[in-house]
Amino acid sequence: MRMKIENGHVLDPGRVDGIRDIWIREGRIEAITEPGEIKDAADEVLDAKGLVITPGLIDMHVHLREPGQEYKETIETGCRAAVRGGFTAVCCMPNTRPVNDNAGITAFIVSRAREVNLARVYPVAAITAGLSGTQLNEYADLKAAGAIALSDDGMPVANAQVMRRAMEYAKAFGLLLISHCEDHTLAGDGVMNEGETATRLGLSGISNLSESIVVEREIGLAEWTGSRIHIAHVSTRESVRAIREAKKRGVQVTAETAPHYFTLTDVAVGMYDTAAKMNPPLRSEADREAIREGLRDGTLDCIATDHAPHAPMEKDAPFDDAPNGILGLETSLGLSLALVHEGLLSLGDLVRLMSKNPARILGLSNDLVPGAPADLTVMDTEAVWTVDPSDFASLSRNTPFGGWKLKGRAVATLVGGRVVFRDC
Amino acid sequence: MQFTKKDILDIASLSAEEITHILDTAQGMKEISLRPVKKVPTLRGKTLVLFFHEDSTRTKVSFDIAGKRLSADVIALGKSGSSMAKGETLLDTVKTLEAMQPDVLVMRHGTSGAAHFIARRLSCGVINAGDGKHAHPTQALLDMMTIREKKGCIRGLEVAIIGDIAHSRVARSNMEGLVKMGASVRVCGPPTMIPKGIEGYGVRVAPSVDAALEGADVVMMLRIQKERMGKVLFSTEREYARQFGLNAGRLALARPDALVLHPGPMNRGVEISDSVADGSQSVILEQVENGVAVRMALFYLLAGGVRHADED
Repeated sequence: MRMKIENGHVLDPGRVDGIRDIWIREGRIEAITEPGEIKDAADEVLDAKGLVITPGLIDMHVHLREPGQEYKETIETGCRAAVRGGFTAVCCMPNTRPVNDNAGITAFIVSRAREVNLARVYPVAAITAGLSGTQLNEYADLKAAGAIALSDDGMPVANAQVMRRAMEYAKAFGLLLISHCEDHTLAGDGVMNEGETATRLGLSGISNLSESIVVEREIGLAEWTGSRIHIAHVSTRESVRAIREAKKRGVQVTAETAPHYFTLTDVAVGMYDTAAKMNPPLRSEADREAIREGLRDGTLDCIATDHAPHAPMEKDAPFDDAPNGILGLETSLGLSLALVHEGLLSLGDLVRLMSKNPARILGLSNDLVPGAPADLTVMDTEAVWTVDPSDFASLSRNTPFGGWKLKGRAVATLVGGRVVFRDC
Repeated sequence: MQFTKKDILDIASLSAEEITHILDTAQGMKEISLRPVKKVPTLRGKTLVLFFHEDSTRTKVSFDIAGKRLSADVIALGKSGSSMAKGETLLDTVKTLEAMQPDVLVMRHGTSGAAHFIARRLSCGVINAGDGKHAHPTQALLDMMTIREKKGCIRGLEVAIIGDIAHSRVARSNMEGLVKMGASVRVCGPPTMIPKGIEGYGVRVAPSVDAALEGADVVMMLRIQKERMGKVLFSTEREYARQFGLNAGRLALARPDALVLHPGPMNRGVEISDSVADGSQSVILEQVENGVAVRMALFYLLAGGVRHADED
C-alpha cells in the first residue's frame, strides 16, 4: 500500500515550506519530493492542490472523561472529535473517575485508545494520589504504563513543598510536570473573572492574581530544583509577563494557552451564559491582548484546548452551579487560524504552536522526514464554515462558539499513514 | 403607558419611564392598605406562587399581603417544604410549579442569575425577590418610592449608599435605579466590600464615610450580613460600628433634612445606631409600608389583565 498526497503546500517550519508530493508507505513517510518528481503509481492519491499539509497537530490538554463519565465523552468520541479537528495526538488529563493515578488506569486508557485507533492518546497521570495534593504517585510505574507527563489539573498541588518534591522526584524518571496554576484560597467561591461584568452580575470573581501567584511559585520551584515545568492554560497578562521574564533568565518553563483566551473576554458571559464558564475564566481585553502578544513573541509555546465536555443538562443550570469547561477540539484550528488571517502570526508560527512545540515539550518527534510515522494534518486554511454544535463528533455540545463563522479547518487527518478523517 | 414586561428580574432591564409607571401605580395602590376593608377584587381568580429559597420575613410577608389585598390566591413555599429538599433541581421544581398554571411566580434564591435562569424557561411572569448578590428590584423600587414621596423627585438628589456593596443585591439594584432616575450616587464601605469595576454603575466611591455623608440628601445603610463575618472582610463589629456605622454625630454631616433608609433587618449598634434608626430622619418603616404598595403594583401590572405586547 502506497499513498501519495500530491500538489499540496507542505509546511514543516525550518524544514520544508513549498508545493510537494508526500509518498507514504507502511504507515511511514517514504519521500517528500518536488511535484511529479517520482512518477510511480500510487494505490491511493489525495489531491491536495490548494491545501496545506503540516505535521499532525497535537493538543496537549484535553479531558476524555473515560473512565467514569462516559455520558460526557468517551475515548472514542473524544478521539473522533480530535481527528475531525485535525489533531493526530492528544494528551488526556487524569481527573477521570477513578483518577488516573495508577498504572492500571493509565494502561486502560492506552489500550482503549488502541482499540479506537483514531488519534494517538498520551495519558497525563496525576502528580498525587487521588489528586489529594499530599502523596506522590508511582511515577516509574505510570511511565512504564504509558504516561507522558504528570498533572493534578483542576486540583493543583497547594502545598509548595509537595510540588517541589514532585518536581525533584519526577526528574528521576524524566517526566514533565504540567501545572494548572490556581491558588484556591484566592479564587475562593469565584465563578468568573473578577471585574466589571462579575460585579454587575453579582457573581463572585476570580482575580488574575489567583493564577499568576502560582505561576510565579512554579517558576521559582523549577528554578530552584533545576526542573522543567509546563504551565497549563495561561489566561492572564501577569502570567505571560512572569513566564517571559523566567524564560529570559533561563528557567526551563514552557506554557500553553487556549483559543478562548485569545478570542473572548469575560463580556461573553453576557447574562449568565454557562457556555462561557470555564476555569481559568475568560479575562479582560488587556489580558486577551497579552495572550496574543505572548503567542506572537514565543513566550507562550503552544495552543492547547482544555477540551472539557459536559452534558447539556449539567450546563443548563444557574451560573454558580454549572460545571467549568468548554469543548475545544473541533473549533481550535479555525479559531487559531484567525490569528494567521489577522496577520498576528505566520502559518509557520501556528504550526509551531499547534504541532512542533507540543511535540518538543512532550519529547515526541513529528518532523516530516523519510522514515517518520505519517501523522499529518491536511487543512484548507481558506474554507469558511459555520460552527454547528449539533454536528460535533464530541458527545457534548458545550461551546460558546456555536453559530460562529470560522475561516479554515482540517479536511483530512492521517495517523500512522491511515486516513482517520477525510472531508475533501 | 402600556406596560409590556413579562418579568421583573432586575432594575437594569427597566427604563426610567417604566420605573416611573410602576411607582405611580404603587402610589395609587397605597391607599388600599389604609382602608378598614383592605381588599379589592382586581386579581380575583389569579394565582401567585411565592417560592422562597432563602429565609425572609419582610419580603415574603410583603408579597403575600400584596397578593391577598388584590384578592389573588397566594401560595407560599420554601426550600425545606419543597421537593428540592429531596434533590429535585431548581428547573424541575419551577416547571412543576408552572404546570399548575400560576400567573406569577415570585422567587428568592441564593444564586445570582437564578431568576433570569427560570424566567427564560417559564411562560408565566417571574418576579425576582432577590437572587444572590445580583438584584433585588422590588426593594429598589420601594426605596425609590419612599425617596420620591419624601423628596418629590429623585433627579438631582445626592444619595450615599454605605456598607457591604460587594455582597449586596440591594445596593446593586439601587445604584442601577437611582442613577437611571437622575440621582448622584456615592458609595462607601471598607475597601474589602467595594467590588472591582463598580464605577461601571456610574457611581462615585467616596474615600470615607464622612465624605460620603457630606451634603447627602439620602443615606442608605446596608446590613452587615452576619453570615459573612467569618470571611475576613473586616475586623470586629465594634470597629465596624465606629468606623463605618451611622450615628447621630455622623448624620449631622448630611443635609439637615436627609432621609435615612435601611432595607432591614437591622443590626442595631453595628451599621446603624438606635438613635438614628428610631430618629426623625428615619423612613425605615415607611419603606416597609411602601413595599406592600410596590408589590401590589407589580402583581397588577403583570397579572392584572393588561395584555402583553407579544400577545397581539
